[in-house]
Amino acid sequence: MSPILSVRNLSRNFGAIKAVENVSFDLAKGELLALIGPNGAGKSTCFNMLMGQLKPSSGTVQLLGKNIAGMQPRKIWRMGVGRTFQITATYASMTVVENVQMALISHHRRLYSLTTFAHKLYREEALALLDTVGMVDQAERHCAVLAYGDLKRLELAVALAHDPILLLMDEPTAGMAPRERIALMQLTADILDAKGISVLFTEHDMDVVFAHAHRIMVLNRGQLIANGTVDEIRNNPQVQEVYLGGGTLFKAQEDAHA
Amino acid sequence: MGLFIAQILTGLANAGALFMVASGLSLIFGVTRVVNFAHGSFYMLGAYVGYSLMQVLPGMVGFWGAILLAGIIVGLIGVIVEICVLRPVYSAPELFQLVATFGVILVIQDLALMIWGPQDLLGPRAPGLKGVIRIMGEPVPQYDIALIVITPFVAFGLWYLITKTRVGTLVRAATQDREMVSALGVNQAWLFTGVFFLGCALAGLGGALQLPKGGADLLMDFTILGSVFVVVVIGGMGSLPGAYLAAVIISVLNVFGVTYAPQSTLVLMFVVMVIVLMFRPFGLLGKEEIAGEHGQVGEPERPIKPAGNRVRWLVAAGLLILGLLPFYSGNFAVVLVTDIMIFCLFAASLHFMLGQGGLVSFGHAAFFGGGAYAAALFVTYANTPMELALVLAPICAGLAAIVIGWVCLRSTGVYFAMLTLAFGQLLWSLAFQWGDVTGGDDGLVNIWPSDWASDNDIYYYLAFVLCIGGILLLRQAAHAPFGYAMRAARDSARQAEAMGINTKRIQWVAFTFAGIMAGLAGGLFVFSKGSIFPNELETARSFDALIVVFLGGVKTLSGGWVGAAFFEGIKDYLTRFEYWRLALGLSIIIVVILGPEGIVGSLRKAGERFGILKVPEDAK
Repeated sequence: MSPILSVRNLSRNFGAIKAVENVSFDLAKGELLALIGPNGAGKSTCFNMLMGQLKPSSGTVQLLGKNIAGMQPRKIWRMGVGRTFQITATYASMTVVENVQMALISHHRRLYSLTTFAHKLYREEALALLDTVGMVDQAERHCAVLAYGDLKRLELAVALAHDPILLLMDEPTAGMAPRERIALMQLTADILDAKGISVLFTEHDMDVVFAHAHRIMVLNRGQLIANGTVDEIRNNPQVQEVYLGGGTLFKAQEDAHA
Repeated sequence: MGLFIAQILTGLANAGALFMVASGLSLIFGVTRVVNFAHGSFYMLGAYVGYSLMQVLPGMVGFWGAILLAGIIVGLIGVIVEICVLRPVYSAPELFQLVATFGVILVIQDLALMIWGPQDLLGPRAPGLKGVIRIMGEPVPQYDIALIVITPFVAFGLWYLITKTRVGTLVRAATQDREMVSALGVNQAWLFTGVFFLGCALAGLGGALQLPKGGADLLMDFTILGSVFVVVVIGGMGSLPGAYLAAVIISVLNVFGVTYAPQSTLVLMFVVMVIVLMFRPFGLLGKEEIAGEHGQVGEPERPIKPAGNRVRWLVAAGLLILGLLPFYSGNFAVVLVTDIMIFCLFAASLHFMLGQGGLVSFGHAAFFGGGAYAAALFVTYANTPMELALVLAPICAGLAAIVIGWVCLRSTGVYFAMLTLAFGQLLWSLAFQWGDVTGGDDGLVNIWPSDWASDNDIYYYLAFVLCIGGILLLRQAAHAPFGYAMRAARDSARQAEAMGINTKRIQWVAFTFAGIMAGLAGGLFVFSKGSIFPNELETARSFDALIVVFLGGVKTLSGGWVGAAFFEGIKDYLTRFEYWRLALGLSIIIVVILGPEGIVGSLRKAGERFGILKVPEDAK
């Protein structure tokens, strides 16, 4: 089966600094792929290029065979890519359900309509989406007063609104308590599994990564140094070198999972 | 050749005051992130204070001493303003700060009127520099040469202060990261106050220095404000060399303009600005400014809901009372309410893009006055009937909004505000200077409605239908997907772009829509008055609309027209007092600090407290 996302030789320079160098990988349908690496490895740069915030210096990003490298974020979204932010971005002056309706209105290209009432449009669909993330009982709440974990779940519902084929999640559990992290990621994994959506996510919390990723890529100094299954990554000496300077990495997790 | 050099020298001399005011504004913005709209007022104060001091202090030492002292005194006045007015609103969104400094403008205007009277004051000549020197046969005033020499010294001193001293290091650090500087143990409050002193002192110095050339008058504040914004925008916000370069460019351009194209001096300045911005959106020497996250004042804005049945009945009853007005009241009330409705539509159009879209425009009068002038010009030169002119007015205003919006929306936040103000000034200067067509200061007269509508009562109904219709349309737009998209772009442009919304285009359309509505109001205005003058395009007119929107309540749906109705209603009464600006200015400042919800927001709160309105769950 041909991959959903196919990245080839993606590079980005800032002056003489090579932030990302010749990164290539594929993402298969339904796959949950994690991109990890120490601070400054180039994860964010890589992500920003995939999402259209940053233009690559060279290389291609193909979504179902179409090159999307250098496209604007809103065009990439229209091609079926959803995203969530590291720091949540929601519309504070709207209710929870209106936040989701907004994405549906945009998807159905009704943004410039003047004659209808926005709060009546696609309400049922929006409520159904909120139901999948367990937020339907808070649908009428004011977005500005939500707890952070709820904002994260709302953002997930928003990202699912246009039935994406691919979801890009930038540190989906950043800023949350440990218990919440696992719960949110479990919820995400379940939903995506049910809908068959592919996911690429970055994450600092190794518990989250090892518990949910199907496959892991490791980025160091702009280069992809490893790409494999959870076990392969766990036992990869180069990865251990990068993370702990040769120490016994992931022992704790191994023990925990054993 | 001699004339050429002489003109360059005059331009350089004029650049002095402009540079000082602009660099002060730039410094204050760099550190405090507040665009001090009252900066022109400090320049004016510098001139007045300098004038008074020169009356007392004799001779050469007295003259220069007076200039220095004027700078220091104005700086101290700036400190008072900073402590009393700005400290409470540093964390507020830009709009609140801008409105607060506008309140300061009004207060200073009336204080100056109180102390120095309404007459223009002729500045004394500088002792020892009263003559001219001849350069290739052309006379150049000695004082101009003195200014040309002094300005680089001031600029150099400033540059030295900022780049070479400890204080300067702190200022630069604060420009980059305010929180970090205060975390390092620097008293941020006093650093801000110090910078405000310096910036205001520079403005005062500029005002006093130009006394022998221009004297002092009560219009100086607004006159220089437009030029200063242009200079800061061209040079790049926060860049001292940029401010100097731009001040020189603009001043030299002006001098040549006076000689070769006397009718377009003011216009020329804005043309240059637009060209610069097209190629360098952050000015010649400026760096990209990323609009920061906005602070909040009071409660977060609530979600909106279409009116319930009770409110609909209330509105219907109100409209009925309004609609029957000609039957139970006299001519005076009918004309007054016509004016009020027109102003309400104007304010509602600004409120629409400001409240829903977060687009703080300081030049909305461009479209009100623009629509009015368009109608008046069609009537005067093409004998267009009223009905057609009332269609053409919003169309022309809308076309203007498309062009102006395209340029202004390349930037955001305070840059956007300054650009809209500059464009407002541009249209004003067109109307003012292009006398052959627009009648200049004498305006255009004899613009009367068609025969069938010439009766005041009939015209009242015409205005009633169009204004109320326009306001209802704006309200519907706020509840429609389009209004929601505007709020989405305002609340989080990042998320909006990531869900397929072209935020710039949404804002552009909103800007144009607001322009069209303001143009319609302008068209109605000109036929109701029978004439139009450049003051309908003035910055002060834009501010009128902004202030009523603000006092009505930005975070509410009805703030625009409620504020407009209230203030247009009491204006007639208010302006009978000699110092009404002072009162208005002070009340604006008080509202900014104490009651940022405005009239509608406060009423809503009161209603909820006394159980008349239902309190939403999340607001408890």
